[in-house]
Amino acid sequence: MADFDPDVTDLGTGRDEVQFRFRDDEQADVAAVTVDSFLDQADADAVRIEPGDDTRDLLPHLGRLRLVEVNFPSYTDGRGYSAARLLREHGYTGELRAVGDVLVDQLAYMRRCGIDSFAPDRWLDEAAAQKALGILPEVYQSAADASTPIWKLRHG
Amino acid sequence: MYQYDQHDQAMVQARVEQFRDQVQRRLDGKMTEDQFKPLRLQNGLYQQLHAYMLRVAVPYGTLSSRQMHALADIADKYDRGYGHFTTRQNIQYNWIKLEETPDLLADLAKVEMHAIQTSGNCIRNISSDQYAGAAADEVVDPRPYAELLRQWSTFHPEFAFLPRKFKIAVIASEQDRAAMRLHDIGINIVKNEAGELGAAFYVGGGMGRTPMIAPCIREFVPLDQLVTYAESVLRVYNRHGRRDNKYKARIKILVHETGAEEFTRQVEEEFAHLLDQGVEPPLAELDRIRSFFQQPEFATGLSEKADRSDPEFALWIDRNCSPHKVPGYVSAAISLKPVGGIPGDASAEQMHLMADIAKEYSFDECRVTHAQNVILPHVEIGKLYEVWQKLEAAGLGTPNLDQVGDIIACPGLDYCSLANARSIPVAQKISERFDETGKGDVLGELKLKISGCINACGHHHAGHIGILGVDRKGTENYQLLLGGSEAEDVSLAKITGPGFDEAGIVNAVETVTDLYLAQRADGERFLDTYRRIGMEPFKEALYG
Amino acid sequence: MKILTGNDLRSGAVLWWTGNGWSIHIGDAADAGDEAETILATESAARRVNDAYAIDAEETPDGPRPAHIKDRVRALGPTVRPDLAVPAAEKVGWDWVI
Repeated sequence: MADFDPDVTDLGTGRDEVQFRFRDDEQADVAAVTVDSFLDQADADAVRIEPGDDTRDLLPHLGRLRLVEVNFPSYTDGRGYSAARLLREHGYTGELRAVGDVLVDQLAYMRRCGIDSFAPDRWLDEAAAQKALGILPEVYQSAADASTPIWKLRHG
Repeated sequence: MYQYDQHDQAMVQARVEQFRDQVQRRLDGKMTEDQFKPLRLQNGLYQQLHAYMLRVAVPYGTLSSRQMHALADIADKYDRGYGHFTTRQNIQYNWIKLEETPDLLADLAKVEMHAIQTSGNCIRNISSDQYAGAAADEVVDPRPYAELLRQWSTFHPEFAFLPRKFKIAVIASEQDRAAMRLHDIGINIVKNEAGELGAAFYVGGGMGRTPMIAPCIREFVPLDQLVTYAESVLRVYNRHGRRDNKYKARIKILVHETGAEEFTRQVEEEFAHLLDQGVEPPLAELDRIRSFFQQPEFATGLSEKADRSDPEFALWIDRNCSPHKVPGYVSAAISLKPVGGIPGDASAEQMHLMADIAKEYSFDECRVTHAQNVILPHVEIGKLYEVWQKLEAAGLGTPNLDQVGDIIACPGLDYCSLANARSIPVAQKISERFDETGKGDVLGELKLKISGCINACGHHHAGHIGILGVDRKGTENYQLLLGGSEAEDVSLAKITGPGFDEAGIVNAVETVTDLYLAQRADGERFLDTYRRIGMEPFKEALYG
Repeated sequence: MKILTGNDLRSGAVLWWTGNGWSIHIGDAADAGDEAETILATESAARRVNDAYAIDAEETPDGPRPAHIKDRVRALGPTVRPDLAVPAAEKVGWDWVI
């Protein structure tokens, strides 16, 4: 991963069970509420997206968000990947945290979709996670990360 | 054909090493089977009835002779000397050992091949017209667009855990030889009135439990927006496709339940947004890919007539050869459907021979078809007799393309853990019956397709005659379907009525073809007669 | 009778519980009786078998015959490739499957 620097990673020492964090700013000490609650509370600044939620409902309110948790109740439910990418594409720059059934072999894809912190239900083996994060030598697509797609390497 | 550069090679190589590590973790007991299963499936490795099965991707069905030789070597080195060509233009090996799989994948990578995304709920191998680059009726060679999409879909981070598997086909002609409208996305590369190329998108087709024909949701997507449009469709599907019931999770259900119009609106909305996101590779990339699909250096001034004095050869030409865009050439079909044989199976020796013939007579290329045959795309008419003799000597010269003996059959209960009934023995007995009676020679085009379960890998809904194997109280039972087509006259077959046992289904097929022979008007195929006279007379003949 | 079957992790080959180990020959299969769940748990945990499960079978002079055709096919090999069958096929014959 072009933007992955293990040295800046906050490995397993963060609050709120965040195991990996790829951000320089201070971790927000806020509780995420449901999408419905968030839309009802004008001062809420953290939200948790469940797979069935429509991420587009959040788009008018990105400015007041400091933390978005994307829940993966089961790793096979891939809706969270679209949710994450949509938020990044619409300009959300705050913390985007994957929670739930987050496994080693999905970390690289999640990073590519703009997720920059991880709070897995079950702690991940650190060495395996580091290895998995670097598993894609290059990428074929442009996504929500800074990786340069192969077509850009080919044509500048 | 396409050749990997260092980037493509690095991607495939990385996957081999990743899987080697994962296999080792599994063998060492560091992973449970539950944890390992999705990982092996993402590399096309299934546990089937007797052993592991590995599905190897053949992108848009195109193989160089070097690759075909490598597939043969793999059959000898890691399997039991044969492979099975599938209805999605891939090849499967039936007797693979888990611990040898990483080495096998490394061997594949040496010839620019892989098993990436040949299983799992992701974008699968992209299929195409087996006559691409050769067909007299094509607008353009569709394979560069398939390759563009292959790269885009490989390790796509957003679409690795879709509601269900996702299959894309790309063609570029009026005639549909790739079952395009029975795919999750079918793309037809067309020319508009201004002479520009673009892509017509058909979305939400499929076979399986609920067969559906894909509606056209966009008649013309400019080529410099092709990837973006595909991405838009996938995103709408990933966000809204059903995940509560795996039998309703394919995109066809979403399109059907949402309505094609509303679904299209959602795709267009996503598309308008994604156009600004820089996901589209530049046209220079498409040009680069196209440069690998230049026409071979065809000879000119060749004879357009073959010496037809050998009647068996003449029959093979009439049945197995298709018109080529260049005078003096044809595309020749190697039937993997000998009478009484296993549809789609080829021995390592046969694969080596096909590779040698492709090298000598077909500009180093061959193609796998969705009907489980192999095509030599560019053969000089003047050399056809030599080619035929070599094929014939190896049991590869059966003159039955699109005839009743050219049966599509899934592996069925002989191999597959999902199957409810065996498919192959039914195919064998039908082809033997029609050979013995000689009726096979008078039926003309007749597409017969057999699946051993509702998942429809054998395309039974798309058969002029379809057969579906079911489990009836612990015994194999076979339902008969009539009137399907996967081609440009696409339609879905309908069940005739109560099912039959194995002997009964062979008789039933003979009964409906007898009725056709009695009823057909001049030039009518079985399908045409069925469409004209309807189901009733067939029911009467079967159950009357 | 209840017999136990699964696959070999390395080769994927079909295995049958013999009472004190696993065999590729269904003729060696032993009645697991009420012990089925216990044996499956122990053997799976020890990684001596993969994806194991218990099935009903009938006791015949040729040995146990699984109640379901799928497991009978698994016991002998693909019916369309007798040349690749496990040796037991010669003893019981292909009619045994269907």
